[in-house]
Amino acid sequence: MSPEMARGSSTKTAYGPETTMNPTTTQGAQATGAASPKIRAANVNFYYGSFQALHEVSMEFQENKVTALIGPSGCGKSTFLRNLNRINETLRDTRLEGEITLDGQNIMDFDITEVRRRVGMVFQRPNPFPKSIFDNIIYGPKINGMLKGTSAAEMVEKSLRRAALWDEAKDKLHESAYALSGGQQQRLCIARALAVNPEVLLLDEPCSALDPIATAKIEDLLVTLKGQCTIVIVTHNMQQAARVADTTGFFLMGRLIEHDKTNVIFKNPARRETEDYITGRFG
Amino acid sequence: MTGRNTYRNAVNNVMLSLSGVCAVLTVSTLFVILSYLVYNGFSSLNLDFFTQLPKPTGQVGGGMANAILGSAQVVLIASIIGLPIGFFAGIYLAEFGGKTFSMLVRYTADLLNGVPSIVIGIFAWGVLVVPMHHFSALAGGMALSLMLIPITARSTEQFLIEIPRSMREGALALGATKWRTIATVIVPAARRGIMTGMILGIARISGETAPLLFTALNNEFWSSGLSSPAATLPVMIFTHAVAPYDDWHRQAWAAGLVLLTMVLVANILARTVISRGASLPK
Amino acid sequence: MATSTAAVRHATSPTRRQPFGDEVAYAVTWFFATLILVLTVWIVYELWVQSSPSIAKFGFRFLTTKMWNPVTDEYGALPFIYGTVITSVVALLISVPIGVGAAIYLSELAPTKVSNALTFLVELLAAVPSVIFGLMAIFTLVPFMRDYIGPVIQAVLGKVPLFSGRVYGVGYLTAALILTIMIFPYIISVSREALMAVPRDQREAALALGATKWESTYQVVVPYARLGIFGAIFLALARAIGETMAVTMVIGNDPSIHASLFAPGYTIAAVLANEFTEATGKVYLSALIELGLVLFGLTMILNAAAQLLIILTTGKGSARG
Repeated sequence: MSPEMARGSSTKTAYGPETTMNPTTTQGAQATGAASPKIRAANVNFYYGSFQALHEVSMEFQENKVTALIGPSGCGKSTFLRNLNRINETLRDTRLEGEITLDGQNIMDFDITEVRRRVGMVFQRPNPFPKSIFDNIIYGPKINGMLKGTSAAEMVEKSLRRAALWDEAKDKLHESAYALSGGQQQRLCIARALAVNPEVLLLDEPCSALDPIATAKIEDLLVTLKGQCTIVIVTHNMQQAARVADTTGFFLMGRLIEHDKTNVIFKNPARRETEDYITGRFG
Repeated sequence: MTGRNTYRNAVNNVMLSLSGVCAVLTVSTLFVILSYLVYNGFSSLNLDFFTQLPKPTGQVGGGMANAILGSAQVVLIASIIGLPIGFFAGIYLAEFGGKTFSMLVRYTADLLNGVPSIVIGIFAWGVLVVPMHHFSALAGGMALSLMLIPITARSTEQFLIEIPRSMREGALALGATKWRTIATVIVPAARRGIMTGMILGIARISGETAPLLFTALNNEFWSSGLSSPAATLPVMIFTHAVAPYDDWHRQAWAAGLVLLTMVLVANILARTVISRGASLPK
Repeated sequence: MATSTAAVRHATSPTRRQPFGDEVAYAVTWFFATLILVLTVWIVYELWVQSSPSIAKFGFRFLTTKMWNPVTDEYGALPFIYGTVITSVVALLISVPIGVGAAIYLSELAPTKVSNALTFLVELLAAVPSVIFGLMAIFTLVPFMRDYIGPVIQAVLGKVPLFSGRVYGVGYLTAALILTIMIFPYIISVSREALMAVPRDQREAALALGATKWESTYQVVVPYARLGIFGAIFLALARAIGETMAVTMVIGNDPSIHASLFAPGYTIAAVLANEFTEATGKVYLSALIELGLVLFGLTMILNAAAQLLIILTTGKGSARG
């Protein structure tokens, strides 16, 4: 199959509404929709000590869309994701070059805790706090001072409903979060992240520790959630990307090789490397 | 070949059994001590023992009430001083420390921990008793706190480090600042282990005698306040055991039983009941 | 919207704009951590300063003189160093084989539950206060030594200088025996961890070649763990030389050197416990404090060596009691 350039064609896909596409470039696609991007990364280089983990990554994330980041192990997709909410700054000896903006504003110019409130994160393994389900969810709003004037119980119920966990958790709100199953704990972590009303939700391989049924529940959840926030999900499972993402970015060895609508990436990738990865020539 | 194998198998069996014998032997010493104390001391544990002052030398009877109170005083002072210092130092080591400075602090804490308790006693004597011109419960408490600090610091650090990074990141990702993360998530998550460490430390210092010999000294009567000498249980055991009076020996056994029971109960409670939830589920 | 590609414009550094609460928390905890350093340095300083009259008067002779005479104000540390070393070494000689043997049992042979339960009990032994060991020793070990152990050994080895002379019951050997029991937990629990840290495939390699379990343990596992076991020994030795109360109660309080293990003697810690509060005179007191300094120095060296060895094998240092 020879790669074809999708020039200005409008394609209706099962994965999202129509968008017009610019030609793909080697450094990343500009999937310009009607509005300017929610998050924009420009020429991002990132170093762990002297090791350069990201090379000139430029990428845009449109509002209310799901973007998947795929690539083999160690390609930098998680590293890139973790820069979007500045959580990499908790590691020693790291350096970020380039610009990442949220609604046009450089995230380095914000107060760091505000960035993290607006850009939430769900981690690879469920990491609920050793507190009750209720206290887990209310933690974010409490420290961000969001509880004034709103009932905590309402907030908890709303978050749990958004995470499709309310029915299963409503009778155990004050039990330990560890009483939940793995899949439920991960949805709890999603609810906890949603409780602070983030505009963006970053998910770092959220289903890798879960069974297929739990995975399916979370994937359904993500499709519902994108109407409420912008979603970026790192996954090493290509089928997952194909199932949930509007656009997909393929990373290899710290570079963004290609970023395009998901069905283009999977059916008609512009780059040979992308095609090799998709077809399983390397893992 | 078979002969050699039989020999090797015989050696195998003998040596392995011997090692089992060694294990049983060492564990049994604990039970031997316990049974001797019960046998010799239990009968002397009457109400008098817990409520009366010691009788003048040579007279039969009396109790060690002042020593029990004195021990409590001294341990309390030590805890009030030593636990916070150790706790916060432990937080520094686990959460804030730079690499070389932390290593230095850790090494020094281990060094301090290894200082023989009698040397700690000399230091406390030189720094507190001499300027104050008298022995005091306060000096005894401060001497013991010097022993409590490194134990508490290292064990606090150890339990904080065990909390996985993902939990810290989970809180930070919600917009928490570092100190808030530590105070509202990490320390509560590690609280069981930290408490265990503290209880074990307190149990350890409550049995210490040497640092008290030149600080709190001893007192035949109730101590008249923190800045006067105080009788303590371990020191009483020492003085009564080496004295030539049978009645004092009887009291020493009783006091020993009380002290050992307290220490062992604290250890067992801390190690089993409290630690049970100390590590997080996987 | 700024689209500048000036690469280095926003390099991060971890200390950039810390929230105020974090700064405070850092400062407070740093203060207490530094306090540990300050206190330790202060202890060394105090010991040094307080022992200076004695150091000035005796110099290095202090470590080699046998005389300890408060009347003539002549002080030498040798009897106490001798007593400390002899009691500790004998204690090690007895407790290391038994302790390592027990550690082997606990790490290699016992089922996990049994091993954990027994290790728990051994660690409880470490929690027993020194004065309780002393109490036991005075009333049980001393008569036992005088009436049974002494006569039995002398019946066989009485001619040897090491075992000659009258058996008082108190003395070097009695102190060594009680020390043996007190250092068991250190030998056992550290050795056990060192043995458990030996990778499984080492054992399996030996067994796969036809070794018996004992052979694989003795010839492969123990040598592999030897650094950790040495660490345990140093740790136990450091503990033994600083041990005060139990030894004081059974050493016999004789500030001279005797060849026989049954003779009474003295250790640094014991003389400090007994004579410190009675000491009159500047030189007397500072001589005692200098002894304390010597003891401190010895334990510091031993503990440092122990920690190093333990970290090398099990990967974790510890401030065990």
